[in-house]
Amino acid sequence: MTAPSITTTSAKSPAVPTHFDVAAAVKDSAKAALITLGLSIPILAYRTDQSGADLFLTPRWGLVAIICAIVFGLRLVLHAFMATRSYRKAVPSPRQATEAVHAEPSAYQKASRFGIPFFLGIALTFPILIVLIQGGLNESRYWVDLGILILTYVMLGWGLNIVVGLAGLLDLGYVAFYAVGAYSYALLSTTFGLSFWICLPLAGILAAFWGMILGFPVLRLRGDYLAIVTLAFGEIVRLVLINWVDLTNGGAGISSIPRATFFGLPFTAGEGGFASTFGLEFNSMHRMIFLYYLILALALLTNFVTMRLRKLPVGRAWEALREDEIACRSLGINTTNTKLTAFAIGAMFGGFAGSFFAVRQGFVSPESFNFLESAIILAIVVMGGMGSQVGVAIAAIVLVGGPEVLRNLTFLQSIFGAGFDPNEYRLLLFGVGMVAMMVWRPRGLISEREPSVILKERKAISGSLVKEGHG
Amino acid sequence: MEIFVQQLINGLTLGSIYGLIAIGYTMVFGIIGMVNFAHGDVFMLSAFIALIFFLLLTTWLGISSVVLALFIVLIIAMVLTSLWGWTVERIAYRPLRGSFRLAPLISAIGVSIFLSNFVQVAQGARNKPTPPMIGDVIVLFQGASGYNVALSYKQVIIMVTTAVLLTIFWYIVQKTSLGRAQRACEQDRKMAALLGINVDRTISLTFVIGAALAAVAGTMYLLYYGVVSFSDGFVPGVKAFTAAVLGGIGSLPGAVLGGLIIGLIETFWSAYFSIEYKDVAAFSILAIVLIFMPSGILGRPEVEKV
Amino acid sequence: MRWLQDPILDVQHLTMRFGGLIAINDLSFQAGRGDITALIGPNGAGKTTVFNCITGFYKPTEGMMALRKPDGSHLLLERLPGYNINWKAKVARTFQNIRLFSGMTVLENLLVAQHNPLMISSGFTFLGVLGVGGYRAAEKEAIERAKFWLEKTRLTHRADDPAGDLPYGDQRRLEIARAMCTDPLLLCLDEPAAGLNPRESHELNELLLSVRKDQGTSILLIEHDMSVVMEISDHVVVLDYGIKISDGTPPEVRNDPKVVAAYLGVADEEVEKVEAEIGA
Repeated sequence: MTAPSITTTSAKSPAVPTHFDVAAAVKDSAKAALITLGLSIPILAYRTDQSGADLFLTPRWGLVAIICAIVFGLRLVLHAFMATRSYRKAVPSPRQATEAVHAEPSAYQKASRFGIPFFLGIALTFPILIVLIQGGLNESRYWVDLGILILTYVMLGWGLNIVVGLAGLLDLGYVAFYAVGAYSYALLSTTFGLSFWICLPLAGILAAFWGMILGFPVLRLRGDYLAIVTLAFGEIVRLVLINWVDLTNGGAGISSIPRATFFGLPFTAGEGGFASTFGLEFNSMHRMIFLYYLILALALLTNFVTMRLRKLPVGRAWEALREDEIACRSLGINTTNTKLTAFAIGAMFGGFAGSFFAVRQGFVSPESFNFLESAIILAIVVMGGMGSQVGVAIAAIVLVGGPEVLRNLTFLQSIFGAGFDPNEYRLLLFGVGMVAMMVWRPRGLISEREPSVILKERKAISGSLVKEGHG
Repeated sequence: MEIFVQQLINGLTLGSIYGLIAIGYTMVFGIIGMVNFAHGDVFMLSAFIALIFFLLLTTWLGISSVVLALFIVLIIAMVLTSLWGWTVERIAYRPLRGSFRLAPLISAIGVSIFLSNFVQVAQGARNKPTPPMIGDVIVLFQGASGYNVALSYKQVIIMVTTAVLLTIFWYIVQKTSLGRAQRACEQDRKMAALLGINVDRTISLTFVIGAALAAVAGTMYLLYYGVVSFSDGFVPGVKAFTAAVLGGIGSLPGAVLGGLIIGLIETFWSAYFSIEYKDVAAFSILAIVLIFMPSGILGRPEVEKV
Repeated sequence: MRWLQDPILDVQHLTMRFGGLIAINDLSFQAGRGDITALIGPNGAGKTTVFNCITGFYKPTEGMMALRKPDGSHLLLERLPGYNINWKAKVARTFQNIRLFSGMTVLENLLVAQHNPLMISSGFTFLGVLGVGGYRAAEKEAIERAKFWLEKTRLTHRADDPAGDLPYGDQRRLEIARAMCTDPLLLCLDEPAAGLNPRESHELNELLLSVRKDQGTSILLIEHDMSVVMEISDHVVVLDYGIKISDGTPPEVRNDPKVVAAYLGVADEEVEKVEAEIGA
């Protein structure tokens, strides 16, 4: 059945330009380029270098010109893009009136339906896949290492997700618990010689304990203030680690942390080692693959516990706390204890991750636990979408794996000349990426919330209804 | 006694610099309720701008009078840093206004990371020493052990500039229509807009003023310490924020007062206790103030309506 | 005066000062057990302040508020920390500006209300995480109770919708259902009929009457809507500028000249007379 056309071909919509206003776009792009010129003087324009004790300047006006030109071009392209998009939005296609309306599955539903088992499968078989692709154990070292790094951040993200995503407590100092876990493990294993399986839970408990101590005075603070105080505490922990040399060996850190063993079998060549017991030829990669599965197990544990907790009253109380603390109190919920629990459990998982870090590196130093780490972990949680486990995992892969990819883009040297190290630009692009991500999707990649209990029908709750918590 | 007086002078000088930065924090927080994480790095950026222009003026343009050069550098740094402040607000904060409250914070952290790494990449990671600028001192008095309590010209310049600028900006905020518009936006943004105040422009101007003051602080910092590095944004930024909170967030005189207090505490702590833990002292003060006195000294306590 | 014989809430000399402003001045009244007590008065009279004192959101400057339990014991509300007023003293409340958990479903809202008993049965989470203990059964029971209240407030068909999606009238009813899920002895309602049309107000009356009848819950409500107040209240207390100006049954209060003066004002000629009567 054909419906009558509702748009006549002769209709003109005067409000939306049907052509691209080149003059205005060029003027605006020129303005943008001019601003860029202003911004790049003088930091881009002149480079300060040292000769002896004095500084001298080298001009780089060519670079400035290139950057301004790029900005001009990009802005022009942006205008063209926006023009066509607003045109398309304003003038409907003739078919639109007669098409049936389909509800688009949301990003979450698209991701979780087959994505979760798929990702899980990849994660479980990752080392094997890499070995096959790279053609050998030693060649896969870089990729397995990257996998371990990503999984560590996934676990940290899931841990912080409990505090920030579920309970809505803005914690900018999560790295402190990571550090407490790592240093506790280091000290326990080097001083007392306890095995990994004892030190790990102990370190976690110490971190949880520290979380409660930290949490107690700050929990009545709200929003941004809580964020700043936790940031301050994170920095205090780092500074104490650097300066309390008697305990922590200061900036030199604690080294010679005993390596991980396969349930007692050390990963050494020779008799009694892992390789000889299982009849394999010794390869240092065995330990690395073991570490990979170890962090995977820890991360999955974090995830499992979080999912469980969400369905228990304490998890629901966290989310209710995030929504409206005053209503919680009127329902008999002890909000202080609830917040403390969130802090403590989040800290515990941070502590576990810290222990793993210590075991993997064999060495801990205060410089690994600076504010940037806290910022990255928080960015992972916020960009993933608060409270969403899947989102956090995706964000971790992008934010940690992405910059690593840059490292490998050595072909760019051919464009920009030798001496161009893309690695320098990692953090620069990271910062830009953070801003871009927030402007594009302020609520994160996956902003829907799944209810923890249903009567009849599972409906994802739109992110605009979910509050982000005031701390 | 002599040490005390000397530390007092040093502390007030340092505190003036912190106060200038703190004003930026407090104004932005007052008007859009957001901690401008990148403000410390804007300060660092301005120090670099000041450095490069100083070099330009003295070596290439051959201006021999240091004071004149400094003055010109100050003006230029204020203008260019304001441009940076304006741009950052337009690109990273304005699109997120009114949404989810965490988003501007993360965006600000992103800007902070971008700015410090931008300077690192563009200028190299090493500390940049400045050529000697003003070295003269006035000896105030001499102690028994021969210890001179000296007030350097630099310190005089810094303290006087801070006082003058504080007065100017306090006047602007209290008496002019811009200041009124700002205070209206602080109280109730929607209503201010309904009454015809250009909220976007008011907020942009707030960022511009904050950045300009940070530029003054940056130039003073350059003058005082004689060395800058790309990582100099973070710690002074946190200390300045502590100052803003201590003085009462949203209060301009409070920010400067807080800055002076923090400067004094830091100087005295380093002199009498231990210099390694001076930053710990600053961070601890922040925590203590926020926990026990969140409305600060000159601030107004917030009451939530049930 | 039935409420004087068996009061569930006994407020004595309650005073609340905010700096120099006296919001409530020496207020004493009793709310009877099983009664529907209405607290009315012009805007700014201090009604919500009284509520906030009773439910622990403000600490009163002076005065005593005793909640008398059926077994004869009593709890002093001004001494309890906020959350214990609901958990131990069994006083529940709703809010003037609805405070639902808008990002959670209707059912989840009702389950959060049953937080404390569920926490106990999950072994304060430890047993629950391990999957042992009677948590499963307790959760089922909690869902049944939620279903009961959903039916009573006719919200069953929206059980899985986010609370923020509900229309205004449904949200008000959900707040009442949520408060009832905490199994309270005293239900405090802050302007429950605000924004409701006459038909909805009538349904609210029926709901409150049935809550009182079936659950035996005493109700204390602040209201401006006289159709609700006069129709269902057993006892009305009138406040004006923080002072109690009338206290009695609805007919008594309706005809009290002081109340009329407070709400409607008086003719200029009568001002002196009324002032003498009030003692102003």
